[in-house]
Amino acid sequence: MTSAVSFKQVSRHFGSVRAVDAVDLDIAPGEFFAMLGPSGSGKTTCLRLIAGFEQPTAGSISIFGERAEGVPPYRRNVNTVFQDYALFPHLNVLDNVAYGLMVKGVGRTERLKAAEEALSLVRLPGYGARRPGQLSGGQRQRVALARALVNQPKVLLLDEPLGALDLKLRENMQEELKSLQKVLGITFVFVTHDQGEALSMADRVAVFNDGRIMQVGTPEDIYQRPNTRFVADFVGSSNVLPPDFVQRYSGQHRWGSLRPESIRVSSAASGDGVAARLVGTNYLGATTRLALDAEGLRLHAVVPAGTALPAEGEAVVLTFNRDSLHLMDEPA
Amino acid sequence: MTVAALNSNPTPAILPGSGGMRGAFSDLFWRRPKLLLLLMLLPPLLWLGIVYIGSLFALLLQSFFSIDEFSGLINREFTLKTYGDLFQAANLDIILRTVTMAALVTLGSAIIAFPIAYYAARYARGRWKALFYLGVMLPLWSSYLVKIYAWKLILAKEGILTWLLAKLNLLWLLDAWLSLPIVGGNSLSVSFTGTFIVFVYVWLPFMILPVQAALERVPGNLVEASSDLGASPGQTFRNVLFPLALPGIVAGSIFTFSLTLGDYIIPQIIGTSRLFIGQAVYSQQGTAGNIPLAAAFTVVPIVIMGFYLWGAKRMGAFDAL
Repeated sequence: MTSAVSFKQVSRHFGSVRAVDAVDLDIAPGEFFAMLGPSGSGKTTCLRLIAGFEQPTAGSISIFGERAEGVPPYRRNVNTVFQDYALFPHLNVLDNVAYGLMVKGVGRTERLKAAEEALSLVRLPGYGARRPGQLSGGQRQRVALARALVNQPKVLLLDEPLGALDLKLRENMQEELKSLQKVLGITFVFVTHDQGEALSMADRVAVFNDGRIMQVGTPEDIYQRPNTRFVADFVGSSNVLPPDFVQRYSGQHRWGSLRPESIRVSSAASGDGVAARLVGTNYLGATTRLALDAEGLRLHAVVPAGTALPAEGEAVVLTFNRDSLHLMDEPA
Repeated sequence: MTVAALNSNPTPAILPGSGGMRGAFSDLFWRRPKLLLLLMLLPPLLWLGIVYIGSLFALLLQSFFSIDEFSGLINREFTLKTYGDLFQAANLDIILRTVTMAALVTLGSAIIAFPIAYYAARYARGRWKALFYLGVMLPLWSSYLVKIYAWKLILAKEGILTWLLAKLNLLWLLDAWLSLPIVGGNSLSVSFTGTFIVFVYVWLPFMILPVQAALERVPGNLVEASSDLGASPGQTFRNVLFPLALPGIVAGSIFTFSLTLGDYIIPQIIGTSRLFIGQAVYSQQGTAGNIPLAAAFTVVPIVIMGFYLWGAKRMGAFDAL
C-alpha cells in the first residue's frame, strides 16, 4: 500500500540551521498522525514541507505515491488548518469556507451549498453571514477546519490547531477532531507540543527533537517504551534512571525509565527497597504526585488520592516491579 | 519578625500631592483625561474650523458671484452665470483633460508603487528597509521646482533620454510614440507624455507609503492560506492581496489624484500649452482678474474628490480598515 505521505532522507536547512535533518517518515492513508516535539524541533517545518510552503534542501517527499518536490502548494490536494486560523478578514464566514472551491471555478450556488454543509459538519450552521472578527476563538477554529475540509483533501494538516483555546474547549475539540477524522477517513497530520494531546488523539506519534525523529510509534509505545532519555523526559513525566542505577536492578548497564505510577512508596520501617526522602507533594485531584530524593536522584511517584502519605521530609522506601523498569536503546 | 518589620514601615499608603501648579494640573488631568485632549485639540480644531473651512466656504461663495465684463468689477449678487461660463466647451475641455491626466497618473502610480510597496512590506528587513524608506523619501528632500526643471532637461530633445535611446538604437520607438496624436509632440518635454511622467515621479512616494502600510498589516499566512486552498499567485493577488491593500491604494490615490487635479506648475513647465485646472485658476485670478470663475474652477476638484470618495466607499475600499 502506498503511504499517504512519505519522507525519504528529507532535510530542510536554513543557512547553518538544520530545521529538518535527514528525516524518514511514512504516514499511512487514513491515519491520525501526530508530530510531537518542543518548539524548534522541526515538526512545523515538516508540516510545511508536506503543504509545500517549504521545499526540501535534500531528500524526496511523496504524497500518495506522487513526487511532491517542486510542486507549489496550490497544486497539492493537501489543506492546512493554520495555527492562528488565517481566515480572510475581508470575506464573511461562508465565502471563507467556499474560497477553495471558488478558486477552482466551482459555480456560486454550488460552492455556497457545499460551504454551508461544511459549516454544519463543524457544528456552525447559519454562521455564514458573519465576519471572522465577530467569532470567538473556538468558532474561528471550526471555520478554519470547515474551510480546509470542504476541498476534500487527501491529507489534512493541522498546525497546533488547539493551542489558542482554553482547556475545556480544547478537550471538546480533541474529541470532535478525532470523531470527525473517523467519519471522514481523511489522513490527518497534526503538529503539537502537548504530549497529552498527541497521546490521546493520534493513532501514531512521531517525537521530534533537533530536526530529527527520535521515535515513531503508537501512543502506548511512546509512553510505555520510550527509546531515549529525551522521549522519556518529553512524553509523560517518566523517571529517567541512570545506567548505574539500572544495573543494580536489571543487571544491564543502560539508561532506563520508570513510570511514576509504577513506584510504590512506603514508610522507611517496612523493609527492602530504594531508600529515599519525600521532598514534596502535589495534589492533582484523582492522584497525588510525590517528589522524592533517592540519594541525589530526583524521582516522581504518582499515588491514588486518599493513600496515607508520610510527612514531607520523612524517610521512605520505594519499591517497584522489575517488569515495569523499561530499558532504553540509547547507549549509556 | 519580618512581618512586624514590614508593618512598622513608616511610609503612608497614600503619598501626598507634589504641590504647586504642576501637581494640581497633573491631578486634574488624571481625573478628567478628556479635558487634556480638548486642550490639545482646540487650536488645530479652531484652525480647521475657522481658517480652513471658513475660507473654503468663502471660496464657494465667490463662485456664485459674477464679473462685470465691461468694468471688470465683481458683482456681489447670487447668480449661476459663472457656472454657466464654467461649462463652456473650452473650460469643459480643461476639466476633462485634467481629470483624465489625474486618473492616468493615479493608475500609473498605483501600478508602479504596488511591487515596490510589496517588496518593502514582505521582504525588506533591517538595512534594506531603511534603504527603502530613504529611497522613497529622498526625492521629497529636494525642491519641487529643481526636480521639475531637472526632468525638463532629461526629457528635452537634446536631453539624456534621447541620447540614451539613440545609443540603444531605440530612437525609432520614441519617434513613433511622439508621432501619435494627443500624447505625442515635438519632444517628450512638450508633450502630455512628459507631463504624465513627471506627475508620476513627483507623486509616487505618496502612493508607495500608504500601500506599503496597508500591505504590512496583511498577515503573511493569509497568502499561504490562499495558496494552500488552491489559488494560483494571480488568484491570490486578486482575491486576497488586492482587496486587503485597497484601503492603502485608495488613500494613496487620494493624494495622487487630488494633487494632480490642483497642480499648475508641472503642466506649466513640462507639456503642451493647453491648460490644466490649476493653470486656469492661476490665470483667471491673476491676469484675467476673474475671481468668480477661478473659484468655480476650484470647486470642480472638490466635487470630483467627493464623488471619488463616495464611489470608493461604495466599492468597499474602506471595509478592510
